Amino acid sequence: MSSSKTMGARPRRRLPSSAEVLRTQRRERISLALRYIILSGVGLLMLYPLFWLLGASFKSNQEIFTTIWFLPKDLTQLLDFSAYYNGWMTRTEFTFATYFLNSFLIVVPRVIVTLISCTLVAYSFARFEYPGKKFLFSIMIGTMLLPPIVLRVPQYLMFKELGMIDTYWPLILPSAFAIDTFFTFLVVQFLRGIPRDMEEAAIIDGCNALQLLWHIVVPLLKPALISVALFQFIWTMNDFIGPLIYISTVEKYPVSLALKMSMDVSGEVDWANIIAISIVALLPSLTVFFLAQRYFIEGATSSGIKG
Amino acid sequence: MASVNLEKIVKTYPNGFEAVHGVDLEVRDGEFMVFVGPSGCSKSTILRMIAGLESISGGELKIGNTVVNNLRAKERGIAMVFQNYALYPHMKVYDNMAFGLKLAGLPKQEIHERVTQAAQMLEMEHLLDRLPRQLSGGQAQRVAVGRCIVKRPEVFLFDEPLSNLDAKLRASMRVRLTELHRELRERGEPSTAIYVTHDQVEAMTMGERICVLKDGTIQQVDSPTTLYDRPVNAFVAGFIGSPEMNIRNATVVAHDGGLGVELGDTLLPLPASFADVLSNRVGQKVQFGIRPEHIGTPQSVLGAAQHGNLATVKGTFRLREHMGNEVYTYFELGGHEFAARIPTDFAGEIDRAERGQPIELSFIMGKAHIFDLDTGLNLTVAANPLS
Ligand SMILES: Nc1ncnc2c1ncn2[C@@H]1O[C@H](COP(=O)(O)OP(=O)(O)O)[C@@H](O)[C@H]1O
Ligand SMILES: [Mg+2]
Repeated sequence: MSSSKTMGARPRRRLPSSAEVLRTQRRERISLALRYIILSGVGLLMLYPLFWLLGASFKSNQEIFTTIWFLPKDLTQLLDFSAYYNGWMTRTEFTFATYFLNSFLIVVPRVIVTLISCTLVAYSFARFEYPGKKFLFSIMIGTMLLPPIVLRVPQYLMFKELGMIDTYWPLILPSAFAIDTFFTFLVVQFLRGIPRDMEEAAIIDGCNALQLLWHIVVPLLKPALISVALFQFIWTMNDFIGPLIYISTVEKYPVSLALKMSMDVSGEVDWANIIAISIVALLPSLTVFFLAQRYFIEGATSSGIKG
Repeated sequence: MASVNLEKIVKTYPNGFEAVHGVDLEVRDGEFMVFVGPSGCSKSTILRMIAGLESISGGELKIGNTVVNNLRAKERGIAMVFQNYALYPHMKVYDNMAFGLKLAGLPKQEIHERVTQAAQMLEMEHLLDRLPRQLSGGQAQRVAVGRCIVKRPEVFLFDEPLSNLDAKLRASMRVRLTELHRELRERGEPSTAIYVTHDQVEAMTMGERICVLKDGTIQQVDSPTTLYDRPVNAFVAGFIGSPEMNIRNATVVAHDGGLGVELGDTLLPLPASFADVLSNRVGQKVQFGIRPEHIGTPQSVLGAAQHGNLATVKGTFRLREHMGNEVYTYFELGGHEFAARIPTDFAGEIDRAERGQPIELSFIMGKAHIFDLDTGLNLTVAANPLS
């Protein structure tokens, strides 16, 4: 058999110098290690302020302002969580429980209306033909270029007319009209990248426009919508100017305002308390981010398109 | 009863481009009709108009006895398989197939029966629990077909369903689809099918009748063999068959009491049956067409002698391609390049020929075609024998 001949010939011919293979492998390992060391160094440098913040919540005022090292001098202080307790209780009559609740009362409805309005508007821009569509779309993109501050005054006056000052409406309502142009734009672009075949198949299966949206388009948009929800959550959670303009009663303050208020108190401030509570304030955003991360990775157009 | 009738169908896209220019066609009940043509000839446009995915700009479209111009897709009794399968990525295979039935409000029990039956027919019961991204191309394709079958549509529409598959899988799916169609028809279920492809092999093997399209107009509608033997014009002749038919400019001349064609310095006698239609064209330029398989060595064409006069000439050898049982031979004759398909057993001297060497070749002239130089119309269409 001719095949046995070639097979027999193989082992006698030495594999092309195994020393060379080892050398290459070693070189690759060294370069890999070097890259990791450099990247870890840079990463650490960028995260250091965060570590410092964490450590500072266990320090005294005096130590906070005099040391750059992130751990407290006396490590037993790490077991003392009183700063967290004091920060949470605040010096006002309300605890941060109230402020967190207030924040969620703004954030959750706002995320929901953003998702609904963005999807509807993006669906229309990406999938329907109607007169003036191009013009409307360019207006929408145009508003993205406006500095948000320009809108503050007219919006304030408008909500004042409507009697909505010192309520959460001015913070939520605009999003119900897809005023977050960036999100709408994001979803439009995403939808444009999805082939129409699936929607056409669903039309033939008997979907009307709304069923199409709900059964097919929304599931396809899931990765984009998760990004939208995530960013809207974080940005609204961190929004300071909005509540500052519209909310005047302390009882209705969201976390961002309450934090600022704790710093404003005249007299002696325990910075550890403030730092502790700002760390707590980061937690919801971080949690949401890590929960959503999975979906970013899972990826977008995992449709039936394959060779 | 579900024939599909197109009467003077016109499509003008919103940008003003007229893609379909008054197409008339009848697809009979239970027939497997193939639309074939080069890319951009509006095959998909016509299919999508039948499906209800594109509006019809003019003319009348009937499915069965109903004019469906203004009916929505779901009211037309059609189902469609897309090139990219278009499975719903977030639904399991079972739900992909059941989706349309659920929307139609069928009872759960019946949905279940139909889906399992279709899955059995397509041998994909083990796939029902998977998501589309867990399927191979061939499996996804079967699911897409299954999704159509469960709906028991009057008409199946296919838009290049096999073109994303590799060559081997494509060949086997071709057979499966044809078998499936026969099976449905034998069971007495509605099974009219319209199948779009740009691949003439698919068209020839699958179609009971083939509709050849070019630039939004129908060139010819006929059975595969008729299309092959009697193409109505040079376009159809060139499009059907592989390698392509040799179509070269030539002059009709009087020869030996009959007619012949002159290609450069070479004269090929034409069969007597061509005399009637060509007698008034002596001295005129025409296009001479002959398929590669109708050129051979003197030995290989012996059996074909009954097709009338053989013409044996000397050509100049250029190149050969071994295909196993055949040798594709490229040679020059009268200043034109020709291709011939010669059975390997008869290749003889061609197997050893050097570039530029003269070789002897025989043309089966009874199988030749003469096309009008300007219009491309086949002048000898009635004179060509059917195989
Ligand atoms: N939405 C559209 N608007 C304008 N022209 C189109 C549109 N869709 C297709 N066409 C044009 O119509 C012609 C036929 O397209 P199509 O039916 O997709 O061809 P095929 O399926 O035969 O390749 C092409 O020239 C194409 O550019
Ligand atoms: Mg097409």
